[in-house]
Amino acid sequence: MPSETVGKTIGVAAGVCVVCSVFVATAAVCLKPIQDRNRTLERRRNVLMAAGLLKPGQKADVDSLFKQIETRVVDVSTHEFAEKVAPENVDPARDAQEPSRRIDVEDPRLGLRHVGKYQLIYLTREGGKIQRVILPVQGKGLWSTMYGFLALDSDMTTIKSMSFYQHGETPGLGGEVDNPKWKQSWIGKQAYDAQGKPDIKVVKGRADPNAADEVDGLSGATLTARGVENLVRFWLGEEGYGPILKKLKVGGAHG
Amino acid sequence: MASKAKEALFDPVFTNNPIAVQILGICSALAVTTKLETTITMCFAVIFVTTLSNFSVSLIRNFTPSSIRMIVEMTIIASLVIVVDEFLKAFAYDISKQLSVFVGLIITNCIVMGRAEAYALKNSVGLSVLDGIGNGLGYSLLLLTVGTIRELFGSGSLLGFQVLPLTTDGGWYPQNGLLLLSPSAFFLIGFFIWALRTWKKELVEEEN
Repeated sequence: MPSETVGKTIGVAAGVCVVCSVFVATAAVCLKPIQDRNRTLERRRNVLMAAGLLKPGQKADVDSLFKQIETRVVDVSTHEFAEKVAPENVDPARDAQEPSRRIDVEDPRLGLRHVGKYQLIYLTREGGKIQRVILPVQGKGLWSTMYGFLALDSDMTTIKSMSFYQHGETPGLGGEVDNPKWKQSWIGKQAYDAQGKPDIKVVKGRADPNAADEVDGLSGATLTARGVENLVRFWLGEEGYGPILKKLKVGGAHG
Repeated sequence: MASKAKEALFDPVFTNNPIAVQILGICSALAVTTKLETTITMCFAVIFVTTLSNFSVSLIRNFTPSSIRMIVEMTIIASLVIVVDEFLKAFAYDISKQLSVFVGLIITNCIVMGRAEAYALKNSVGLSVLDGIGNGLGYSLLLLTVGTIRELFGSGSLLGFQVLPLTTDGGWYPQNGLLLLSPSAFFLIGFFIWALRTWKKELVEEEN
């Protein structure tokens, strides 16, 4: 056994730390560009799936498909398009941590105190007319913040797709938000009632098949399901994208 | 010397299998074996970490004061695991998403720490490396067995290719949902231990 003096102990500890941190830092810095690229691709793939341009599991050139999609920056605090902000600089998850780039949420049901001031919404067009709007949504489930995309048809109320690309809910229970059958059950539902209020309900058990505003619950995951309901209502409401969607509906989306 | 090296490399595969005999590293064996693809990635990650952690710990074993040896081991292991995680995020993004927290949990995988403490601190660099590879292989052997059975009979596929057509897709094989849940890995590991003890009688403890 080596002799133990305080100096030697500290020396070895410091040496090990320096060597290890050099390794970790080198790996982190060198690989960061590739990791960022992966994250962008992943996000794009999810947008394309929400847009109906890509099927799950399908191999395709994501970047060239993504050219069909128009990215717009929305300022959630003023409900205007923020033309001066470059989409590359918007990262809602990071912005939510930064006081100058976030807004306070008044609705306690979302479960988040702040959300990014800028959000990226995506549009697909056909002959200049908007086909679909893809809205990023986020909110608390039971354990985690869930990040997803909600896609609306050109009438800005019929749901075309609802999916989460990042969450930490219990696999098999809340994690069933990823279940293709459940995701399927959102398609065709009406997001707003006749008065223009967000009116989607995630009911307990089976939804009434004739109700245009009800989605099946998730068995064993009432709180996750409630989180989904709350976040969809929040983002479609006045504090979320509601005013922007009205503008898109009226103005055909140049504004 | 040659026989000692052979022992260090192959002993952990069967006679001293880390999971089946030393009963270490069970948690990740339950968590990542629903699909063979994630299992294989996890095996490589663990072999990499056990090998290099044994290597580094053994390399500095004569300089490490014993009062801080565990913290030193932990630091080395944690750094290796972060490097593996970064690599997976860069080159196998989908798999790294599925493995999520379990790559990070290699840090607390008792096999890595256990081998550093029990072997690498007392043996030469070469033998420690072999011991690291051996233990990684032992872990992999069991994980691959469990992963193959779980994916084949749980989802009817191997490495994502459908082998047994499922009734839900119009085939004849009714999916076995139990195998997709973590407890099934306990049963499979139990059977594995039973088989191993039947084959290698010397592993069976004497009854009092």
